[in-house]
Amino acid sequence: MNLPRIVYKSLRQHILSTTVTAISVALGGGLLMSVWAVKEQSLAAFTGVNAGFDAVLGARGSKLQLVLNAIFHLEASPGNVAWADYQDIQKSPTVDLAIPLAVGDNFHGYRLVGTTPELFSRVEYAPAKHYEVESGGRLFDPTLRETVVGSFAARKLGLKPGDTFHPFHGLTFDEKNQHAETYVVVGILKPSNTPADRVLWIPLAGIQRMSGHDPKAATDVSAVLVKFKASSATAGFQMDLMYNKQGNRLTFAWPIGGVMAELFNKIGWFDRVLALISYLVALVATASILASIYNSMNERRREIAILRALGARRMTIVSAILLEAAAISALGMVIAFGFYATIMTVIAGIIREQTGVVLEPWQFNMVMLWAPAALISLGALAGIIPAFKAYRTDVAEYLTPTS
Amino acid sequence: MTLLQIQNLKKSYVGPEGDRHTVVDVKHFTLAEQEQIALSGESGSGKTTFLNLIAGILKPDSGSIHLAGESMSDLKEPARDRLRARTIGYIFQTFNLLQGYTCLENVLLGMSFGAGVDAAFAEKLLKRVGLGSRLKHYPRQLSTGQQQRVAVARALANRPKLVLADEPTGNLDHQNARQSLTLILEACKENGAALLLVSHDREVLSRFQKVEDLRKLNHASSHMEARK
Repeated sequence: MNLPRIVYKSLRQHILSTTVTAISVALGGGLLMSVWAVKEQSLAAFTGVNAGFDAVLGARGSKLQLVLNAIFHLEASPGNVAWADYQDIQKSPTVDLAIPLAVGDNFHGYRLVGTTPELFSRVEYAPAKHYEVESGGRLFDPTLRETVVGSFAARKLGLKPGDTFHPFHGLTFDEKNQHAETYVVVGILKPSNTPADRVLWIPLAGIQRMSGHDPKAATDVSAVLVKFKASSATAGFQMDLMYNKQGNRLTFAWPIGGVMAELFNKIGWFDRVLALISYLVALVATASILASIYNSMNERRREIAILRALGARRMTIVSAILLEAAAISALGMVIAFGFYATIMTVIAGIIREQTGVVLEPWQFNMVMLWAPAALISLGALAGIIPAFKAYRTDVAEYLTPTS
Repeated sequence: MTLLQIQNLKKSYVGPEGDRHTVVDVKHFTLAEQEQIALSGESGSGKTTFLNLIAGILKPDSGSIHLAGESMSDLKEPARDRLRARTIGYIFQTFNLLQGYTCLENVLLGMSFGAGVDAAFAEKLLKRVGLGSRLKHYPRQLSTGQQQRVAVARALANRPKLVLADEPTGNLDHQNARQSLTLILEACKENGAALLLVSHDREVLSRFQKVEDLRKLNHASSHMEARK
């Protein structure tokens, strides 16, 4: 019958308040860990995604819009790039690869992106990783109305090789704006866990010459993805100077990660608000430990008096109360990992659906260590006031009525 | 051999109006090892305060309590707690069992602050008091007589030299009271413990060879009577 056993007995005896308090700690802890992990993982994921390229060339406008459009397949294109501009950058001696993209159509909200087969044959979207087509499929023929569908889009749209569909005009789905052209699905991409999974890839000419599109822009592209040669260390600076500072027709978004990091800097206040809310929730949860134990002190005082009469020292009682408070917090933090997994799975699902970026709920983050340590310590601290009350319990008064 | 020796023991309380009331004023009291003494006294005569002073739960205003060779009244609180746990078993009128603990756990809990947990001895004690088949029962699952027997087993758990019993039969019916008292007297003898029992029940007092009248011992009580 040692101290942990006495604490265990007390927790069981007050099972309802123990459970409710532990759950409130779990909610606070789970929220705190989730906010922290989402913040860190999304920063790493969004600034790390570059689809295997160094820069994006697009129409004059916002670099962020350009990157969101060309890399994350979000947002509208800021405008068109003339075919000649594409050819210029493609021929640049510092450029290893320049892949044109054309956007402007969708199928049930999933955007069609026109490009060249080189995107699949030459690009490593991550070190040693190429886009691959699932067995039974193949890449599109650039001269035909064929499509290779990203894995996520294929699953959501229920498309498989051999299926046909009519695209819709615009980047948002409007059933009244259906094109007459029929496209055939010839392959499904293997999951890449990148924004490419949410796209229906078609030949560049497919977008350029889609019925209803402006014939004057039939050779234009929406953006050019640029990869420098390994030896061209200063190419980015030079092109930044040439397109952004000296020129005024085009925008050169470089480096891609830097553009996204700027976005995160701009919305940093939102992170801080979320973090503040989660700190407050954690603090309130800790305060609930204090309230829960403190409120039960009147009924506990008789038990404390009995324990003292049996020979328990004041410090034994104080230790038992502090340990109980820490134990409730620890129990809460065990449950918190369940809440964390649930919250992270839901958020990761939403982010993947909206952006194609994949967050890993169980990827290790330091918050998984410091948050439980902090909340358990705070829980123990919350036990100090009831422990002090227990310390001052008058044994003779609570033991038995004086005869 | 003397186990307990009390000299000039005084304890007073400050009343709600700020006036001080002396509730215990015992000039001299002794108890030999394995001796069994009953203290008679009416309600308000300071019986419980007297026992709590002996147990070291209360600290006297003045005077000395020597228990098993140690001066209880001079010890600091942690040392008094240790001495109480090792030397004294306490049986309360209201039993004071912990409701969240089984019979066996209540007895083991008594051991954990004293001589150390000895599950075999705890079971033996509970069998001795007739609760061998109720080891895992909680107090609420027992009758009042059975609860009192658990309290007796718990009081003997640390092989104490002295058992203090505060109106131990006060909450029991006639038959249970008689059986319980027999058990306390016999169990203390078997375990070599002295017994100091306070009661105002004449039948209980008649079972003791030595009965002290707390009113005569306690000058404070006499003063209060005189004032009345």
